[in-house]
Amino acid sequence: MLELDELTVTYRLESSDVPAVRGVSLELAAGEALGLAGESGSGKSSVALALLRLLPRSAVVGGRVMLDGEDVLAMKWGRLRAVRWSSASIVFQGAQHGLNPVQRIGDQIAEPLLVHRQASGADASKRVRELLAQVGLPAWRARSYPHELSGGQRQRVMIAMALACEPQLIIADEPTTALDLMVQAQVLTLIRQLIADHGISLLMISHDLSVLADVCDRLAVMYAGRLVEVGPSSGEFRHPYSQALAAAFPTVGDPASRLAPRGLAGDPPDPQQLPGGCAFHPRCPVALESCATSDVQLRASGTDRTAACVLVGE
Amino acid sequence: MLEATDLHVEFSGRGSRRARAVDGVNLSVGAGEIVALVGESGCGKTTLARTLLGLERPTSGKISYDGTPLSYSGRSLRTFRRQVQLVLQDPMGSLNPRHTVYEAVAEGPRIHGLPDEEAVVSSALARAGLRPPERFFQRYPHELSGGQRQRVVIAGALALDPKVLIADEPVASLDASVRGEILSLLLRLRDDLGLSALVVTHDLGLAWNIADRIAVMYLGRIVESGPTEHVLKDPQHPYTQALLSVLPESPNRIVLTGEPPDPTRIPTGCRFHPRCQLVAAGKGTEACTTQPLQVLPATTDPQVSCHVADLVGRDRK
Repeated sequence: MLELDELTVTYRLESSDVPAVRGVSLELAAGEALGLAGESGSGKSSVALALLRLLPRSAVVGGRVMLDGEDVLAMKWGRLRAVRWSSASIVFQGAQHGLNPVQRIGDQIAEPLLVHRQASGADASKRVRELLAQVGLPAWRARSYPHELSGGQRQRVMIAMALACEPQLIIADEPTTALDLMVQAQVLTLIRQLIADHGISLLMISHDLSVLADVCDRLAVMYAGRLVEVGPSSGEFRHPYSQALAAAFPTVGDPASRLAPRGLAGDPPDPQQLPGGCAFHPRCPVALESCATSDVQLRASGTDRTAACVLVGE
Repeated sequence: MLEATDLHVEFSGRGSRRARAVDGVNLSVGAGEIVALVGESGCGKTTLARTLLGLERPTSGKISYDGTPLSYSGRSLRTFRRQVQLVLQDPMGSLNPRHTVYEAVAEGPRIHGLPDEEAVVSSALARAGLRPPERFFQRYPHELSGGQRQRVVIAGALALDPKVLIADEPVASLDASVRGEILSLLLRLRDDLGLSALVVTHDLGLAWNIADRIAVMYLGRIVESGPTEHVLKDPQHPYTQALLSVLPESPNRIVLTGEPPDPTRIPTGCRFHPRCQLVAAGKGTEACTTQPLQVLPATTDPQVSCHVADLVGRDRK
């Protein structure tokens, strides 16, 4: 379905080049839900935007992105425009800014249908009603403006838009980040249900591993522009960074985290000044001397997990 | 130490309706205690926090500090604000991008005319974990990482040597791996300096990480409160039960439909009844829809405001 092969994204700034994504290879099977986790500056959103070539001009993309056997990076504009809605679509974070504030939401959902499907007005409004029903909104909401909706409802509208042209792949970038706990649970339930009902593949991006583990079959963790671990969401993490990221969101009721918040010293690295050796070594609680100089590629840890750490068994 | 008694805060809303953002709250924060005020957006938790800081005037009820009711005259408000300091979320938004770290932290001491400004700033930065402090004096917010900016905001609050910190979502905008360090800092400030804190958050994991006590707020009222272990491991109110049930690791989810209702139209009876899963399952009583509940007192013991939960709240009536 989707295959990334040594994807790189470098932002060309006036003064220097910023390597945001430094070689990411991933596969996503049809109907599979994959979670991509990472913090700010890890490159996870650059990966999402690169998949549909939505990056600004200053970004140079390398490697290959194969979508259903077609190389996205080599597509002509016309083909790309068609692919963007009908093969793969994106649900962005921040439901506040993704919608046009002065257009009724029914018209916003209908737009891709009219443009990409050449749907008639009547067909489009019928489909809008269907889509609203699928995301759990009443049909009369089509006449509302974004400011009349709550954050959760706006996120539902964004999901309806992404579903409009029946894509096979949905890329969801922090779809629940600004939402309250209960509303987040509602939206996650909706996403889970939609991918199950329609057999859609999902690439979900978030800084919150627990949210990803909730929806996705497999998890990939990024740090400083690279994958540090890929494995099933049910198993234990092996890379010290993934472990720290998981511990940052404690399990309520777990005595080990009671009055004992856990995190990492320091901050995620600046992509312009990456540390040598393993990029994680300055913050790593279990780093060896060799980690400061030698970089480690993803290596197998068990049958279905890979991790980029010297301490992970061959 | 810091206490709200029968607090009501209303705002005039659209048209003639008034929003009862805080609709009867008793809450106290003891010396050296960390209390988490938990609720969804729109439940009134931020208004409650602002009123506790003296930034919002209550419609009725009172705030008292060390047993003295807060009066809203300039001088006593000033003294009060030295004792009770606000730590805002989103350090990028609350720091002036054109002020250096030194200027940001020195602002409070200057307003209050504290002597020996440089020593005050330097000690506040050190206590917030920015060491050596002199290295940060001349830096601007954009030169700092998110975690460092949040520490600058905390240092600004510490500069006045307060007794109570009120922190509104102190880690919501931070990277996951940095969160733990900032929360550890709050715990350390309590242990080393005996600071009290009221942490306003929607994040139950955060409350589990640092809070001694939790108050769960729904539509302007506290619906359940008590020691953290008690409330989070054995929740009694159906709303608290639902909030905990949607955490990722939880087995049986109770996903409430709808969104937090409108503070201009508070339902009759128990204000939670239109969304209550017990009422929906037919396990409610007539009182749920008709009989208002009493306001919970400011006690540290476990308590719940529910007609059905088999507990203290009902026995008190």
